[in-house]
Amino acid sequence: MKKMKLVMVGNGMAGVRTLEELLKLTPDLYDITVFGAEPYPNYNRIMLSPVLAGEQGIQDIILNDIDWYKQNNITLHLNKKVAHIARKNKVVVAEDGTEAEYDRLLLATGSSSFILPVPGKELAGVVGYRDIQDTNAMIAAAEKYKHAVVIGGGLLGLEAANGLALRGMDVTVVHIMPWLMERQLDDNSAQMLQSALQAKGLKFMLEQQTQELVSDGQGRVKSIRFKDGNEIPADLVVMAVGIRPNVALAEAAGIYCNRGIVVSDTMQTYDPSIYAVGECVSHRGTAYGLVAPLFDMAKVCANHLARMGIAYYQGSVTSTKLKVTGVDLFSAGNFTGGNETNQIVMHDVTGGKYKKLVLNNNTLIGAVMYGDTKDSSWYFQMIRDGKNVAEIRDQLIFGQSHLGNAGSQGQNLAATMTNAMEVCGCNGVCKGTIVKAIKEKGLFTLEDVRKHTKASASCGSCTGLVEQILASTVGGAYAPQATTVKPLCDCTTHSHEEVRKAIREEKLISIPQTMTFLNWNTTNGCAKCRPALNYYLLCAWPHEAKDDPQSRFINERANANIQKDGTFSVVPRMYGGITTPQQLRRIADVAEKYNVPTVKVTGGQRIDLLGIKKADLPKIWADLDMPSGYAYAKALRTVKTCVGSEWCRFGVQDSTQMGIDIERAFDHMWMPHKFKVAVSGCPRNCAESGIKDVGIIGVESGWEIYVAGNGGIKTVVAQFLVKVKTHDEVMEYTGAFAQLYREEAHYLDRTVHYVERVGLDHVKKHVVENAANRKALYARLLYALQGATNPWSKENINVCEFESLAI
Amino acid sequence: MNTWHEVTTLEEIPPLGARVVTTKQGDIALFRTAEGEVFALLDRCPHKGGHLSQGIVFGKKVTCPLHSWNICLDDGKAVAPDVGCTRSYPVKVENNVVYLSLA
Repeated sequence: MKKMKLVMVGNGMAGVRTLEELLKLTPDLYDITVFGAEPYPNYNRIMLSPVLAGEQGIQDIILNDIDWYKQNNITLHLNKKVAHIARKNKVVVAEDGTEAEYDRLLLATGSSSFILPVPGKELAGVVGYRDIQDTNAMIAAAEKYKHAVVIGGGLLGLEAANGLALRGMDVTVVHIMPWLMERQLDDNSAQMLQSALQAKGLKFMLEQQTQELVSDGQGRVKSIRFKDGNEIPADLVVMAVGIRPNVALAEAAGIYCNRGIVVSDTMQTYDPSIYAVGECVSHRGTAYGLVAPLFDMAKVCANHLARMGIAYYQGSVTSTKLKVTGVDLFSAGNFTGGNETNQIVMHDVTGGKYKKLVLNNNTLIGAVMYGDTKDSSWYFQMIRDGKNVAEIRDQLIFGQSHLGNAGSQGQNLAATMTNAMEVCGCNGVCKGTIVKAIKEKGLFTLEDVRKHTKASASCGSCTGLVEQILASTVGGAYAPQATTVKPLCDCTTHSHEEVRKAIREEKLISIPQTMTFLNWNTTNGCAKCRPALNYYLLCAWPHEAKDDPQSRFINERANANIQKDGTFSVVPRMYGGITTPQQLRRIADVAEKYNVPTVKVTGGQRIDLLGIKKADLPKIWADLDMPSGYAYAKALRTVKTCVGSEWCRFGVQDSTQMGIDIERAFDHMWMPHKFKVAVSGCPRNCAESGIKDVGIIGVESGWEIYVAGNGGIKTVVAQFLVKVKTHDEVMEYTGAFAQLYREEAHYLDRTVHYVERVGLDHVKKHVVENAANRKALYARLLYALQGATNPWSKENINVCEFESLAI
Repeated sequence: MNTWHEVTTLEEIPPLGARVVTTKQGDIALFRTAEGEVFALLDRCPHKGGHLSQGIVFGKKVTCPLHSWNICLDDGKAVAPDVGCTRSYPVKVENNVVYLSLA
């Protein structure tokens, strides 16, 4: 089949990102031709400020070098500005006469600096601030001249002013409004910003309107005159008063434009063969000048160019971060408020900290932060998710508590860390390594950083730190993805919820069936989605969906825990932590017979045999004659107990028996992640029920049930769910909560993550307040567990898994 | 010239699974894809020596069980951005019999 022709006009970040997304989806659908007016391949425009400030060179900010275009068979025309689109014949013509036919045309013409229409605007020494050429002109001027004036106190203007000051110029920022960055900041935070920048040597003239740029008589600017008659010297004038979408080409071709090339939610213009992305478009009346929305557009546009036709762009919530070293500033969403909204404000003038959160009912809709931006990603995520914050409203302003996070020396402020300090304690990644990778490899998302540096890719406790580093390095280009729409993995565009819903409603009972129904883009998934699908199927259709061992992580396939040297560990069940001399003797015999190098007592009150060869596992299980302790599985792990009223002089309930009963009843229960339970016989809580997925505490009059605690990476105290009177009630409530978690959590979310996402009220509504629903949940769990047997028993062992071949 | 050793039959390797072959050169992992192709790699991840035979197989790749590096079954190379390579061995299937060469 003959390939279709795709022509792209404009060679910037939005356009090239669209091509990258398109090539990922369908590498061979199009012959691609790109026209770029600049002499450079695609570069990282948001890094122009560090280039101006002398922190980076131009070669450092190239995102796609010439080789990239070659490798992807893209015909690249640099230095060729397209002059004309002949829509009738579907041809574009460049100024030098180069022509290219198209079946699909992608306009990514970007935007230009808006130049104030004042006398003298055409003088030498008057520049905008948009591309490498402007940046080079400013760098050259800084070497020769003294006085710089930046017109415009917005994001770009301040970054330009900062860069020029660092290059030794005497810089004055002229702004027409009463405070700086009025589109991103309120007056309080702007005032703090201005003081900080003044301390760096910048001068400010606010509420000043430019009248004229005065010539030195030889065609170069020498001063700037204001409406009030004032005049100050200016050898360089940078216009940073805004951008204008480049629409001339589209307009001349008769494509409908209205302050931008007007596009639909599919990024299509009024000509169905022509798409547009980036700063040149107007979508639902908005033209975006930040990078993050452009990437969202690129994804959608690529989806439609690839003829998949399922993505929609519905606008973006944007955030701002000023890339001026030493200034921590963040704003997002609607922070000015209105009649319907109210605000939570914290303002410490001496300490240089300011935080304002804007809420509509109980939804966070905007945030401004100055001085302390460590929680910016957390707030931004909530704004994007539209999350109800009623439960945490009274603590919201204090930020996400990072107390107890292990592995980062207790650090929670990325800005104060030196490059040599460790961010990710799991993989030993320092701040400097992350910053370097972000800059050199052009990374924009948390996922990118994880892939390239491994930071935050293991336990995830440093995710907040990595997000801060990412946000401060790429500025407004960083946007966390709304969790509700996050795809399950790279094999699909569907979220966890969508996948679970389809499995339930369409009664899908196998992995291939699910992948086909949901248009998976790989033939047999990956190591991320297959275990998730296997679990979702087993959970939704117990006794009908067939377990697929090859879609399980090795631990659940071998029913033992793999160690770093490839040996395994074995933890037999001891219900409720109770054992017998006979069991201990058998364990001791096995340890001797198989030369088990390490015998350890676990944190969950069980005995762990470590360093066992895989081939020995079935023999050891037979000799032990004890059931599997599931210490390797996403399942009920252990029920930790104290001795309780049977022995303890303080005990008021028989916690040991309760623990045994729970562990027996909910044995063999596959779950989204591991599930730990503890039962204490009195409020002294010796079984540590406060940090378990379900923690039960006996009191004189019954039992208190706590849920969603966690003693791991992030210590989280379990929340009180309900108090009940009887043993049977404990079983029912515990089982119902477990089943709700099984049915609703994302695979690999612990209960703490799940309850944080849905809210404790949701759990109470289903498990506590609605008795019929609780009973139904419990019944579904018991049905799922019916007939489940010990995976270590002989008839359940797949011999082929454990025997090796030889030559 | 390859010296082919008869190792096993195709049925003995689960689809999207692996078997370990003990040899004088160390353990070798035999992988079988969904399409029935068989590949052989030294059973050591180039990252930290994880046993690739214990990983999850998908497409023509395997994910190491230790730190989730993805390794290509046909050439033993790690999938970018990770960098590394483990040795691959010639393997052929004839009449459902799997032959391995240690050359």
